[in-house]
Amino acid sequence: MSRVLWLASLVALLTGCAAPTLYSWGQYEDLVYVTYAAPGKAAAEMQIEKLEQDYQQARAANKRVPPGWHAYLGYLYVQVGKVDEARRELETEKAEFPESSVFVDRLLANLKKL
Amino acid sequence: MSPRNLARAGIAALVALGLTGCAAKPYDYTNFRAHAPRSILVLPPLNESTAVEATWGYLSTVTRPLAERGYYVFPVAVVDQFLKDNGLPTAGEMHQVPLEKAREILGADAVLFITVEQYGSKYQVLNSSTIVAARAKLVDTRSGTLLWEGRRVWQQNSSAGQSSLIGMLVAAAVTQIISTSTDAARGVSRTTNVMLFHTREEGLLPGPYHPEYLKGQ
Repeated sequence: MSRVLWLASLVALLTGCAAPTLYSWGQYEDLVYVTYAAPGKAAAEMQIEKLEQDYQQARAANKRVPPGWHAYLGYLYVQVGKVDEARRELETEKAEFPESSVFVDRLLANLKKL
Repeated sequence: MSPRNLARAGIAALVALGLTGCAAKPYDYTNFRAHAPRSILVLPPLNESTAVEATWGYLSTVTRPLAERGYYVFPVAVVDQFLKDNGLPTAGEMHQVPLEKAREILGADAVLFITVEQYGSKYQVLNSSTIVAARAKLVDTRSGTLLWEGRRVWQQNSSAGQSSLIGMLVAAAVTQIISTSTDAARGVSRTTNVMLFHTREEGLLPGPYHPEYLKGQ
């Protein structure tokens, strides 16, 4: 495990050297990948847990999470039947990125039908 | 080589690429500036490669470089599921969606149409070579105008040094999660996308969330 952490920090160091990023990315894109590449290992509960951890790290680093992030988390919460959490995340996406409002309003409308 | 030297070598390589990029004729950004999109809808890419996993390998490396360029990028997996739920089961069918629908239903300013041409690794005894080639078109949803297009091929050899080391490490990190075979092409895909979208005078102009938005235009 410590070897993994070491590798991860080296990756962060190497990629971090290029330029400061606008967002804290965490595992968002890796989880999207796993969803398609190994659906059996991409349970929504596991993804939610990892994303919530990433969110704490982003807050600690005083960085924003990327566009689409809250909408994706909301979509995962829908899958596990947590409608209130899903709504909260979708509303956050809209507040953080007004460009998402047409799409998010559509997703929120679908949520009401559940 | 120490990590610092590795990083230096990596930066030197990027600078060299940036400089050679400058020598080429700059892209004509007239249409891009006239329509200045804030949001980009990325459709799952068409796949011309022989690798089935190219579609999601590529799709899961495209958000970061676009968002870091300053654009709102719709959540690719949510969009994919939304389109599937609405009667479009394949990337081919999604690419046929009328632009006004992308505007009306999703609120996108522009749609990015990507085609993955090559995606995969060749393994030999002493080294391996991984290649990703892709082309992309950014189209304005209001007018149908082509705002930008580009194409990149990126290859990494395992014996080539630092850049492939990053790819291997990224791939190693991914493998930790899925513990299936290492998908080195996904690491190369990241580099391909950074080159495609961030290369000065060839890639995308900085978007609204980028500190250089509308500067020097």
